[in-house]
Amino acid sequence: MSDLSSGFRDPEIARGLVDAIRETAQSPCTLMEVCGTHTMAIAKHGLRGLMPDTITLLSGPGCPVCVTANADIDLAIEIARQPGVVLATFGDMMKVPGSYSSLSAEKADGRDVRVVYSPLDSLSIAEREPEKHVVFLGVGFETTSPNVALTIREAARRALPNWSALSLHKTVPGALRALVNDPEVRVTGFILPGHVSTIIGLEPYRFLAEEYGIPSVITGFEPVDVLQGVWMLSQQLAEGRAEVEIAYGRGVSAEGNPTAVAAMEEAFAPVDAEWRGIGVIPGTGLALRPEFARYDARARVPVTPPAPREIKGCQCGDVLRGVLLPFHCRLFGRGCTPEHPVGPCMVSSEGSCAAYYRYTDYGKD
Amino acid sequence: MRSDRILLAHGSGGTMMKELIEEVFVAEFGDESLKRMDDAAALDLPAGRLAFSTDTYVVSPLVFPGGDIGRLAVCGTVNDVATSGARPLYLSVGFILEEGLPVEDLRSILVSMREAAAEAGVRIVTGDTKVVERGHGDGVYINTAGVGALPEGVDLSGSHCRPGDVVLLSGTLGDHGIAVISTREGLSFSTDIRSDAAPLNHLVAAVLAAAPDVRCFRDPTRGGLASTLNELASASGVSITVEERDVPVHDQVRGACEMLGYDVFQVANEGKMVAVVPAGQAEAALAAMRDAPYGQDAAIVGAVAESPAGKVYVRTAFGATRIMDMLVGEQLPRIC
Amino acid sequence: MCLAIPAQLVSEPNEIQMVEVDILGVRRHISTMMAPAAKKGDHVLVHAGFAIQIVDEEFAAESLQMLRQMGIKTAEDLEAEAAELEAAEDAADEVPTP
Repeated sequence: MSDLSSGFRDPEIARGLVDAIRETAQSPCTLMEVCGTHTMAIAKHGLRGLMPDTITLLSGPGCPVCVTANADIDLAIEIARQPGVVLATFGDMMKVPGSYSSLSAEKADGRDVRVVYSPLDSLSIAEREPEKHVVFLGVGFETTSPNVALTIREAARRALPNWSALSLHKTVPGALRALVNDPEVRVTGFILPGHVSTIIGLEPYRFLAEEYGIPSVITGFEPVDVLQGVWMLSQQLAEGRAEVEIAYGRGVSAEGNPTAVAAMEEAFAPVDAEWRGIGVIPGTGLALRPEFARYDARARVPVTPPAPREIKGCQCGDVLRGVLLPFHCRLFGRGCTPEHPVGPCMVSSEGSCAAYYRYTDYGKD
Repeated sequence: MRSDRILLAHGSGGTMMKELIEEVFVAEFGDESLKRMDDAAALDLPAGRLAFSTDTYVVSPLVFPGGDIGRLAVCGTVNDVATSGARPLYLSVGFILEEGLPVEDLRSILVSMREAAAEAGVRIVTGDTKVVERGHGDGVYINTAGVGALPEGVDLSGSHCRPGDVVLLSGTLGDHGIAVISTREGLSFSTDIRSDAAPLNHLVAAVLAAAPDVRCFRDPTRGGLASTLNELASASGVSITVEERDVPVHDQVRGACEMLGYDVFQVANEGKMVAVVPAGQAEAALAAMRDAPYGQDAAIVGAVAESPAGKVYVRTAFGATRIMDMLVGEQLPRIC
Repeated sequence: MCLAIPAQLVSEPNEIQMVEVDILGVRRHISTMMAPAAKKGDHVLVHAGFAIQIVDEEFAAESLQMLRQMGIKTAEDLEAEAAELEAAEDAADEVPTP
């Protein structure tokens, strides 16, 4: 255990990797991470400051909280407003502003919104409070959606009559394709999300290298992991290769986790999904399959939320595509701060604006 | 007490209230001043100036690993008074009780308060109680106010930090916050971590004696070390840099923070003290802290520099530097 | 949204695939439905109350070993390099000019 937790934070190893990166990365490149946990790891450990001038690290649409569309947050809020409903959610979603409100503002207004650590915990609430209907707010990428799929299966096994899930889940590879097809987006290498890849493996990213010639490395989240990912990318670039490689072998195998994928496919079917800042991407959403309709909050608690409203002046969309650096947004630090966020990139703990605002001096006086 | 539950009548000013005060509050606290049952306590004061502080305590659950709301209410105010350099002497206590609270629960909270006060060497000399309808309170809310004697010449302030000063921390970070959160619905996990709630007036006195030019003391409660240091940096117009590897943190607190996505610098403490001292007195202050009760894990964790004014940084184990940011809103577990 | 941390199974999973894990001394119950092969003593990656993968500890040890050997120059290495450089310079000096 000692090595599993501390070895990948070893400053000696990190220094060696930083030296190696400096030596390898001779020509300018732009590397994009597409996982909010990477955004946070890079900011929290101060890794940006260790990069040579040739490397620009960008954050892409990797924070599921940030890419959730206003209309979807409005829907969750409208469900929470229904009498007798308990809305159970990951803490991450609480402060995210929708068009008109947020879950934490709704809680202050007396709605029953509860934070859980695991979706399974929401089943316990439903069992303890049979007079209520518990809706679990399912947000997240492939790392999280199998958990929710298995929770749905478990609800069915326990024959829980008063529990359902609202799936706002999204899948990553289709969004990457949309991103590389966007002419405004210029990325020379992808730092691919470690734990999404734990589930889906390496295959779904193959097109990045083969069709688009973009080097891509599946990367873990400890500082040494991130540096190793960057080093492998700079090697590919230096050698003129484009492949999908794994820098996080202890947590990711090429074939992924078939049990998890099967669970996900059993419960969910792909649908079109709206990504904030990117728009609708075909087939990147996950909806409950009809055979699980009795656990689908959309069927169990039908509501009509008010028409969504875009946030004026907010450039989260451009930030999410890596077209605009957070501190170049006209609202950054001026009217949009973690205390008073205008857009989701500032509110989510792993949002790239929040990461910049919390951990660096950029864009501040 | 004929009733084993708190009733609205216990706050009505009539015979039941008298019974509650005499048989529960006065019986458990036992202070001579309380026994007189006068409306105000008449107290002796040493010469010099007074330090005066108040705080109100709200915690769920009322009892948590390592303490309860009573211990918290005494230690918190004792520590607030002590940060001025004063010797805490007297406390007042105000209770808001929720109808239906078991009297036994109240008694055990009062026993904690009595014990913490005895440990700190302060007297609980006056009090008040009100009862609210069931559903209008979380069992018990407590307000305490404290006064202490401030010796001549002692003038500590968060605005006194100077470039070159050193930041001391009296022990491990995050114990109280993690002990409390471990009991919350939906997050349940088990640890051996206990709240660090403790009176630190003896520790403060020892450091003050060993390092007479100490700039200030602060107890990093809600908002954790991050809030405390940001307040100091801003009040003094200086910059503070903390060495991450020098900050003592229990492994289990680290584990819980990883699991919940918390930043340990933002987790609450109830028995820790930050002291800023001139570099020349740092070793003496550290030795005094380590010899004092609750100071055995004390460490020098950071240093004060001139600029950029108002900023607090953390130097990570890799030699990289980042901002130590303050908590925004309430601390929420995250899976991102 | 992908915080997953290593945790060690401290018991065998029960009949509904729930098990207690240890994270730096913190204990919590999680599900092994997604990692059915996990057994007592294994390390797993835990995300939102589920084990999503058994950690390949052998691989972890090997990658650390590889990384340690890669970039780190020990004091001895540096001395040896300096000595080599000096020897090369000396040799260059000794080359007789034609």
